[in-house]
Amino acid sequence: MTHIDQSKIRNFCIVAHIDHGKSTLADRIIEKTGLLTSREMQAQVLDNMELERERGITIKAQTVRTIYTAKDGEEYIFNLIDTPGHVDFNYEVSRSLAACDGAILVVDAAQGIEAQTLANVYLALDHDLEVFPVINKIDLPSAEPERVKEEIEDVIGLDASDAPLISAKNGIGIDEVLEAVVHKIPAPTGDVDAPLKALIFDSLYDSYKGVIIFCRIREGRVKKGTSIRMMATGATAEVVEVGYFGAGQFIPCDELCAGMVGYIMASIKNVKDTRVGDTVTDNDRPCSEPLPGYKKVNSMVYCGVYPADSSKYPDLRDALEKLQLNDASLNFEPETSIALGFGFRCGFLGLLHLEIIQERLEREYNLDLVTTAPGVIYKVHKTDGEVIELTNPSNLPDPASIEYMEEPIVSAEIMVTTEFIGSIMELCQERRGRYLGMEYIEETRALLKYELPLNEIIYDFFDALKSRSRGYASFDYEMKGYEQSDLVKLDILINKEEVDALSFIVHSDSAYERGRKMCEKLKEEIPRHLFEIPIQAAVGGKVIARETVKAMRKDVLAKCYGGDISRKKKLLEKQKEGKKRMRQIGNVEIPQKAFMSVLKLDEN
Amino acid sequence: MEAYVSCLCREIAATGRSCQDYEVQTVFLGGGTPSILKKEQICRILETLRRAFPVARDAEITIEVNPGTVDADSLAAYHAAGINRLSIGVQSLQEEELRALGRIHSAGDFFRTYHAAVKSGFNNINVDLMSAIPKQTVESYQDTLRQLLAMDRPPAHISAYSLIIEEGTPFYENTPVLPDEEMDRALYKITNDILKEAGYHRYEISNYARDGFECRHNRVYWERGEYLGFGIGAASLMRETRFSNIRDLHTYMKLFSGEQSEEAARQLRQEVSHLTVQEQMEEFMFLGLRLTEGVSEKRFFKTFGQELTDVYPGIAEKLIREGLLVQEGDRLKLTEFGLDVSNRVMAEFLFE
Repeated sequence: MTHIDQSKIRNFCIVAHIDHGKSTLADRIIEKTGLLTSREMQAQVLDNMELERERGITIKAQTVRTIYTAKDGEEYIFNLIDTPGHVDFNYEVSRSLAACDGAILVVDAAQGIEAQTLANVYLALDHDLEVFPVINKIDLPSAEPERVKEEIEDVIGLDASDAPLISAKNGIGIDEVLEAVVHKIPAPTGDVDAPLKALIFDSLYDSYKGVIIFCRIREGRVKKGTSIRMMATGATAEVVEVGYFGAGQFIPCDELCAGMVGYIMASIKNVKDTRVGDTVTDNDRPCSEPLPGYKKVNSMVYCGVYPADSSKYPDLRDALEKLQLNDASLNFEPETSIALGFGFRCGFLGLLHLEIIQERLEREYNLDLVTTAPGVIYKVHKTDGEVIELTNPSNLPDPASIEYMEEPIVSAEIMVTTEFIGSIMELCQERRGRYLGMEYIEETRALLKYELPLNEIIYDFFDALKSRSRGYASFDYEMKGYEQSDLVKLDILINKEEVDALSFIVHSDSAYERGRKMCEKLKEEIPRHLFEIPIQAAVGGKVIARETVKAMRKDVLAKCYGGDISRKKKLLEKQKEGKKRMRQIGNVEIPQKAFMSVLKLDEN
Repeated sequence: MEAYVSCLCREIAATGRSCQDYEVQTVFLGGGTPSILKKEQICRILETLRRAFPVARDAEITIEVNPGTVDADSLAAYHAAGINRLSIGVQSLQEEELRALGRIHSAGDFFRTYHAAVKSGFNNINVDLMSAIPKQTVESYQDTLRQLLAMDRPPAHISAYSLIIEEGTPFYENTPVLPDEEMDRALYKITNDILKEAGYHRYEISNYARDGFECRHNRVYWERGEYLGFGIGAASLMRETRFSNIRDLHTYMKLFSGEQSEEAARQLRQEVSHLTVQEQMEEFMFLGLRLTEGVSEKRFFKTFGQELTDVYPGIAEKLIREGLLVQEGDRLKLTEFGLDVSNRVMAEFLFE
């Protein structure tokens, strides 16, 4: 194989606030570098998961290698590593960034800096990446590139004087961006002859080829036949193929060496062996130290996931295992619910992550799911000194044995235009936020700083934020730690029977309000039975709210003659079909969707 | 209209040629308001029928009429033509309720039609009543029932339906304020109480009769006997196959305008469904349970060669426990409460 000159490689990513045009710019870069013709371009080449395209967000880190012939006449290899754009995927972002040498910061010319702009830039700077800004959407009537440039210099401290002014959508200024990549982003370094040291920044499961590792080679080389070892998990395997990333396809090559980004296939079957952030080395000639920064990501949000059809339990397990391969931040353990049967307690990075996994399970694996209310990990300090990490409210020990409980707190930054400061502060107040301060970014915009309990933001905080700011507020948070809190377990009783899948932990001040809303919602969702059904919310055995589903008194077809029979049968079939989607709790049948409907209790 | 009657007669004649081994036990001229036809047309249809099929001497022959649409002459002609049962769709004797239902007749129209019928020799008359009509009260409903029963010769049969709003009807689009469920059930109970006292027995969810006057024709539907329907949209059950005639008038007329062909017969019969044994069992249950006498386990076994309890293991027991069914001898029947929520019970007898 021809030797590849490290000085002709550029490994970089694009960081941006959501919707500022990251994926569109990526598409343009791929298009311009000529690897694909316009005809082959699907809109947003990098976001190739169906779900990603629909939601317009990037879930998995994608990467693509293209060849760019620069104005100096030299050919450069661009490895563009696309990073997830949501706060939930911080760890994946950080690993993707660690695989890069530089980053393009995309800022919307109309909106300017947003909460995630800051979060992502700081993350990139933390990884010592060379960051250069580009101002996107300059063709919008509301674009104010000069103001945004100033903002970048004032708030972030990056030199924006020669930031390319572009429109990724309309292909304006892309050449400038490509040249800037060549000149501003440093070439990789790393000793080709040192022992292999490669960073796993993503992996993918293929049912024919097994696990495909996405990695950045820091030092050394890897090729077919190399015996590799994952340093954190200890798994070993023999490499069967290495290569790099075409747009949407794998292109095999003879060897990957220091400075390159590519993939390794090694017939790894066990999905848990390749963790994002782990270091791959040569088993016969290992490096002395793994790359820094590996951590087993901790889930922040938990919920129970159950198959609607209990016979699908093994399918759900297989599906979760497969998803976990592509997503080291998903974890799950089997659990049993009296109401829902066999399922899994799954841990997620956040609510969006939860929703995405749920949707992928339903779409890609054709599973019908019932999920329970998401919760966080509470620390339960018992009187005997034991500390329990509680992920399932049903496992809360007897209150008499609890000394006190702690809940996770996040530091949140909310960027908002000044006219909405009042209503956003009110929202944070309602969510038990602790005000830390406010900074004016410019005359009309401010950055609010709060500490908020995580369990107050995992439900509908983001939606509430958007609706109270007419979509203008942006939000970012990071874990701060645990704090003691007055928490209680709220139980729901349906026809006097406690439904474990509906229990959740709540601050004692909000218990009544939440209990009342739950009962109201359930009343709407539970169909009438032949008897009256009380729905009660209780804390510690004391009922705090109640609704009643009235008994069905009439369900009869008055007429059924010769011409009505087929129609009548269809009606009965419909009734029967409806029952199938029910869960039996005692003698009450609860529709599957009732369990989900209580997840989103409206603002009002 | 004349053209339609001709087509109808041609359909009857054509079908009759292939069904000579059947003896007709009951005839029902209904669905809509057949009394808007001229009496001669009604007679012609019956004549065609008798020529096409062997009709039993004691066959029950019913015609549906609306109050005010028939005069004494027509009624006398019907009777002379062999029609021996009359079904009058009065619904209510309260003017306000009739208006709410969009009926054009008055209580007076009903009494005139009824007395004319009695005079013409009809002794087997059914009256259709409706409960849970908008604006109806317990008092107004009781009044309708009492007026009916206070007549010289009270009807032999009463069908008492609780109003159900169906899709595709004007009420569905624009639902009026209806009596609530409690009221609805109260009215149903009143029907039962008052009619029982007056010597009627309830033999089906909505049907009451004096002894010997149960509608033989309708029992055929609930007992899954065979029947043939003629005219547009008419439904049939023959040889365990359900089918309906085409609903479009113009196509129907075209089919019977010229020579009969096999192709025409195929086009006539729509929604053809050959019932599997399981479907037959399902029908046996949900139709049979409409009758207050319920379904017979013996008859189930005789019909299908399998025990009801084997085919539906545990289901009857569960429904009995829930107070929806009772077992009496070899019969399973709906309880009073079971009648009110019979759809729930019947759905249990459908297979997965």
